[in-house]
Amino acid sequence: MTRIVDLRRGILEKNDRLARTLRTRFGEADLAVSNWVSAPGSGKTALLEALLLRARERGLAAAALVGDCATDNDAVRLARSGAPVRQIVTDGMCHLEAQMVSDHLEGWDLPALDLLVVENVGNLVCPTSYDLGEDCRVVLTSVTEGEDKPAKYPQLFHSSDVVVFTKIDIADAVGWDRTAAMAAVRAVNPTAPVLLTSARTGAGVEELLEVLTTHRSQEAP
Amino acid sequence: MHELSIANSLVTAVTEAVAEFPGSAGVGAREGGPTEPTAVVTEVHVQIGALSGVVPAALEFAWDVACSGTQLAGSTLVIRSIPARIHCPACDCESDVVGALVLVCPICGQASGDIRAGRELMLSHIVVQDDPVTVGAHP
Repeated sequence: MTRIVDLRRGILEKNDRLARTLRTRFGEADLAVSNWVSAPGSGKTALLEALLLRARERGLAAAALVGDCATDNDAVRLARSGAPVRQIVTDGMCHLEAQMVSDHLEGWDLPALDLLVVENVGNLVCPTSYDLGEDCRVVLTSVTEGEDKPAKYPQLFHSSDVVVFTKIDIADAVGWDRTAAMAAVRAVNPTAPVLLTSARTGAGVEELLEVLTTHRSQEAP
Repeated sequence: MHELSIANSLVTAVTEAVAEFPGSAGVGAREGGPTEPTAVVTEVHVQIGALSGVVPAALEFAWDVACSGTQLAGSTLVIRSIPARIHCPACDCESDVVGALVLVCPICGQASGDIRAGRELMLSHIVVQDDPVTVGAHP
């Protein structure tokens, strides 16, 4: 006998369930959490280093988890800021999942933190599907990548809460078209705030810090 | 490519769901005798939205690999692709996004972030074949 069994459950229910638990935990700790996604080489780590330094100057307790397929280069680099930083080495996996974030929070006093940044593996495709329990998904793209990344990776840009352009200090040198870039973003994401930043000059870092500390998840615990 | 990871999660989700069946003797195992009916999952039906970040063809490719060595080996993955569907506040109507993923109303051209469908990553239902050997063994 053949029968149909209705299930109607999320394929990533296990990850999503854990992400919801993390989101509740972050909310109870009054901790603002963001998930940074971008292509490799966009300048995520450099901008994050500038952000961590700025946070420290403002008296905010910030921490970071950084994901890479291999090496702890980024964690070593970010630790120069004085902020607590941990490296998540994925051993080749192309994205972070909620379990990895959960595992690497062990021993941290979350209520004592104001801001946690999770820097995802450099990848504009795979991180799209994985909720990490964040308040805010930030997609970063550099002026050196041209203007059409949103059109090429619409799923990720659509699912993001904030769009950040990096390396804005060399925009003129590479002939970056700001109007075209903004139009490409708006075609797939009509509402996300767009920030222009430079890790080198510090442009936009204060604004980014403000957005990250105030953009909180709407989901009820 | 993360579709193998998605396929592995799908295998886990189906296996866990079947283990919850009342009186379930497991999935795919034909070890039960005439008085212990077993069931084989022959089809797994999923819905994949255009905005989900999962590529259906890649998921199909990964399915056999993910099932290999599990009790779902040999089952067929059936994918229903769900287009992105937006609601336009100006026209007060919904429309599917066809072709390139550009979220604008096809009638008035206004951009809209009001998504009504297209984010699905859902295990919809499964088709289960009860062990024909045991059918008829129960009055």
